[in-house]
Amino acid sequence: MLAYTARRILIMVPTLLAISLIIFVIIQMPPGDYLETYITELQSQGEAVDPEKIEALRRQYGLDRPLYEQYFLWVLGLLQGEMGYSFEHQLPVNDVVGDRLWLSFLVAVSTILFTYAVSFPIGIYSAIRQYSFGDYAFSLLGFLGLATPNFLLALVLLYLANVYFGTSIGGLMDEAFIDQPWSWAKFLSVLEHLWVPVVVIGTSGTAGMIRRLRANLLDELQRQYVMTGRAKGLPPGRLLLKYPLRMALNPFIADIGSLLPQVVSGAAIVSIVLNLPTTGPMLIEALRSQDMYLAGSFLMFLALLTVIGVFLSDLLLAVLDPRIRLEGGATK
Amino acid sequence: MNDRAKAGSPVEHYVNPAPFDPHRIERMTPEMERYYMAPQWRLVWWKFRRHRLAVASGLVLLVMYVSILVSEVLAPYNLHSRHMGFIYAPPQSLHLFHDGRFVGPFVYGFESRLNMETLKREYTPDPKRIQRVRFFCQGDEYRFWGFFTGRFHLICAAEGGTLFLLGTDRLGRDMLSRILYGARISLTVGLFGISISFLLGITIGGLAGYYGGWVDNLIQRFIEVVRSFPEIPLWLALSAILPVTWSPLLVYFGITIILGLLDWPGLARAVRSKLLALREEDFTTAAQLMGASPGRIIARHLLPSFASHLIASATLSIPSMILGETALSFLGLGLRPPITSWGVLLNEAQNINVVAIYPWLMLPVLPVILVVLAFNFLGDGLRDAADPYK
Repeated sequence: MLAYTARRILIMVPTLLAISLIIFVIIQMPPGDYLETYITELQSQGEAVDPEKIEALRRQYGLDRPLYEQYFLWVLGLLQGEMGYSFEHQLPVNDVVGDRLWLSFLVAVSTILFTYAVSFPIGIYSAIRQYSFGDYAFSLLGFLGLATPNFLLALVLLYLANVYFGTSIGGLMDEAFIDQPWSWAKFLSVLEHLWVPVVVIGTSGTAGMIRRLRANLLDELQRQYVMTGRAKGLPPGRLLLKYPLRMALNPFIADIGSLLPQVVSGAAIVSIVLNLPTTGPMLIEALRSQDMYLAGSFLMFLALLTVIGVFLSDLLLAVLDPRIRLEGGATK
Repeated sequence: MNDRAKAGSPVEHYVNPAPFDPHRIERMTPEMERYYMAPQWRLVWWKFRRHRLAVASGLVLLVMYVSILVSEVLAPYNLHSRHMGFIYAPPQSLHLFHDGRFVGPFVYGFESRLNMETLKREYTPDPKRIQRVRFFCQGDEYRFWGFFTGRFHLICAAEGGTLFLLGTDRLGRDMLSRILYGARISLTVGLFGISISFLLGITIGGLAGYYGGWVDNLIQRFIEVVRSFPEIPLWLALSAILPVTWSPLLVYFGITIILGLLDWPGLARAVRSKLLALREEDFTTAAQLMGASPGRIIARHLLPSFASHLIASATLSIPSMILGETALSFLGLGLRPPITSWGVLLNEAQNINVVAIYPWLMLPVLPVILVVLAFNFLGDGLRDAADPYK
């Protein structure tokens, strides 16, 4: 198990390096840099631009260095938790970001938990009562959930809340708590608001998960060992929980790998619609104004979240299924 | 037997000159023959046909794709024609009877009034103004696919009347017409995107599956990297790169390329694993023993056996591209007017305060959901039918 974990961590490092390289290339791709945009903006406003000051700024931010040096500086900074300098806000990225990263993390994790909590019972129910009314109803709901883009769902929910309750369900906390230090009351307020984005983001993932769990469980239920168990007189509940469910759970955990990118990217766009204080709206802003370090750090954070999630799901799988950890150690 | 009893004498070599008939023992009835001798594609079709929902979805999609060929004729108005007197007009409902008397399809004309307190335009249907809908009529002028001008429409408003079945937007443009035109962009984005993704997926997956070894390893790692990106943020970043100076058409192609660029890993994996599995099949060995070249084996024997799987998985990934384009345009980072897609239309519905007053701006959501659902059902049916021997 230890060897497997170590091997898995070793694979993570080059993956993250490759990701950081791709992100750096992407944020470098737009022609010009933020300073040039800044200069033209100043000139259009009729302000004089002191070339020496520009030069000083350029040196200060390391924009005069060759690209590969800029890249190494950025990665080194990331390793130390320094995410670079936001040109637009004239502040280090760390200060601009503030709580946003943690709130993003909170939303992602709660969404995953929500997905599991909802899809688990429904998936089991749909499998053991296949073709019942409930199964059809859930399938229909699931298909609708899969087909509705979650930002549109957010929009529709906002609209309904606005029309029927006259309130706004956007945001992640009561307005009184914005920019306040963390307190118990603020935390409760966040919990109160959290369910809307969690439901909106989680819908499509939940729908997919229900379908997969149902299909897996249906496959298992037809196996002969189930019939043997039934013939020997095992009570139905015990028969279900003890064997087929455990087998069907395997993909359930492996799916974190595909669920997490989906949740993260869904969260990015839903949070723009719902105006959440997470990374999404700021990422868009940063991309629009070519604030490259800010955008790059956000992308990196989101990718990191995904990679770590996949890593955790692999570890869990290895714990659950000895074949994986043994095979993983033996073949390479 | 008797011959062999005589030890030592050689057995005479005997060949039956009659042509070999494998069905000598059991004759096949014509029905059996029809079934057992059917080529694979026909089996796939038979199996697919049993999937009612998939067939219906396929028909819906077919109708929609045919409709984008003639959007100009189907839409009652031109894409850009503005009606300054009817800004944010609500949908007009279609009636058949007036005062218990059959009139045929008609709408009541609008009485518009500006509410001076809320500065909101208010429209009330006026029961005295009956405007009969015209069919096969002359209406707004358009350039058919940009080639020649025409005025022929399937339906138009009555002379001097209006026909806003789905309401109008902030410039007084008919929503129904705009949705019909928007289908042209929204539906093709997925097709172009999937062709790019197909090309990349088959080439890269084919390389990995065919060469194996370090090429396979390298490609596998690369796929892992690409897959660990959250899709939408990366799409956002890439489309933010597209220069503002590009023409709308270039932006359109740029967006489709971006969508396709991130979609191929799933397909490449499928191609690779199928290639690896099929390489071990008996019919491949047979082909090799008969001296077929690798190119012939791949093209003639391997590819056809998983082409149906590829088509099914492609069908399943088109909706994600349509949703992706809708999301990008909705945020204002994708397509830009004058190119009109459903996402661009939804961009107007981004502000909840506007939507609360003019809810019909959200209507382009419906075709998006319909198309995505239809593609999902069709893909499910195709996937089930892809392996008819199961």
